[in-house]
Amino acid sequence: MKHLLSTDGLDPAQATAVLDTADTLKRTLLGREVRKLPTLRGRTVVTMFYENSTRTRVSFEVAGKWMSADVINVSAGGSSVGKGESLRDTALTLSAAGADLVIVRHPASGAAHRLAGWLEGTGTGVVNAGDGMHEHPTQALLDAATLRERLGTIAGKRIAIVGDVLHSRVARSNVHLLTALGAEVVLVAPPTLLPTGVDSWPVSVSHDLDAELPALDAVMMLRVQAERMHGGFFPSAREYSIAYGLSERRFTLLPEHAVVLHPGPMLRGMEIAAAVADSPRAAITEQVRNGVHVRMAVLYHLLAGEEEAA
Amino acid sequence: MAPRVRGATDPAERELLSAGDVARTIARMAHQIIEKTSLGSEGHRPVVLLGIPSRGAPLARRLAELIAEFSDAAVPVGALDITLYRDDLRRRPNRPLESTTLPEGGIDDCLVVLVDDVLFSGRTIRAALDALRDAGRPAAVQLAVLVDRGHRELPIRADYVGKNVPTSRAEEVHVCLTELDGRDGVYLRREADQ
Repeated sequence: MKHLLSTDGLDPAQATAVLDTADTLKRTLLGREVRKLPTLRGRTVVTMFYENSTRTRVSFEVAGKWMSADVINVSAGGSSVGKGESLRDTALTLSAAGADLVIVRHPASGAAHRLAGWLEGTGTGVVNAGDGMHEHPTQALLDAATLRERLGTIAGKRIAIVGDVLHSRVARSNVHLLTALGAEVVLVAPPTLLPTGVDSWPVSVSHDLDAELPALDAVMMLRVQAERMHGGFFPSAREYSIAYGLSERRFTLLPEHAVVLHPGPMLRGMEIAAAVADSPRAAITEQVRNGVHVRMAVLYHLLAGEEEAA
Repeated sequence: MAPRVRGATDPAERELLSAGDVARTIARMAHQIIEKTSLGSEGHRPVVLLGIPSRGAPLARRLAELIAEFSDAAVPVGALDITLYRDDLRRRPNRPLESTTLPEGGIDDCLVVLVDDVLFSGRTIRAALDALRDAGRPAAVQLAVLVDRGHRELPIRADYVGKNVPTSRAEEVHVCLTELDGRDGVYLRREADQ
């Protein structure tokens, strides 16, 4: 594994290996005074964020630092991107400056794939940290890690992804990964917020959240991405919230063991009620915690092995 | 992990220790650990056995059981995975991590006995010492190995050795343990085709 660009086509065995590594790392570091491993000493990781992010950038940085890699953060604002440099030139510059791995977030779908193509032959790997409305593979891996931890396994579990599926790279990555790991995925969204071609996905689709809740093992709420919406996708925020928000009433329809996930950032009162987000059955802060270990595992799998391992 | 098949009937292979020899050797090592660490006597320092996966871990458990049998002293056992501390990570394909489990009370101010199956270059033990430093601050560290095959590349020696085996670098020492391989035994194999 040299790049991690999408969960589409990711080998389930490889995904499971990453999850196992993440789990071992978590247990290894638990309660330790020195949370630092020498594994990636001398490796340079550059994060390149062309879009805002708190948790993804921070957790990649923490993950890199806990593995002793040198982590450098480049943001679009403070770099030559502001002077009009293209993505390609920025990437080649970073690679020439010694980056072993570039972690990129970009508003354009497919940006990470393009980047990996341009960096072919340079020895620099690419991790997709979210590209437009396409994929966000490490988020899906950390969601899977959290589900595995809470539910024991993913195979055979029924998981709903609720809300703005159309604009959500998290939803896409999760659909690929969770179904590859054997879960049954149901998308619950208004018809306007479902992508075209959803019928070819290995999922079922529903527009009635109340009807789905009692049979679920987990429910993943998505943020309504107002910044990507340039038109009327639903009549009003209040109406959306009433139809597709996880309210306290809806929460009671879920089985006792069911887990509530949210990739963050949350809009409390919109897609999820504050009381639900703070309930012990919500795993939202756990997702962030697991995010660090999952990203450590990804760095380990991409950077620790043999240089020429294909 | 599926148990690897080791020590099959191979003409290029010689038995160094039989199942009985392995049992006697481990028992002797248990006695030596009791003696050298004054286990069971008044005011001895707390002793912790840490096995290095994969085969050091079951060895450490066996030693602890025998020590408890011979001296009535309960010795905590753990496992210390050193994969993340190896110095050859970039030269080898990626390897899965094994689990690290430290005993309840930790290892601070204890006498830690590292347990491994074969002592060869010493690099594993160096990595284990690095890993140990991140896990706590033991009062002292000792090393117990079932087989010492020589060819050290670092100034490291074992405090307890089951068997010293002079080997050539072209040979491989395989330790089989019931817990992982279905039977006990130590074999010397000439690397012919590999």
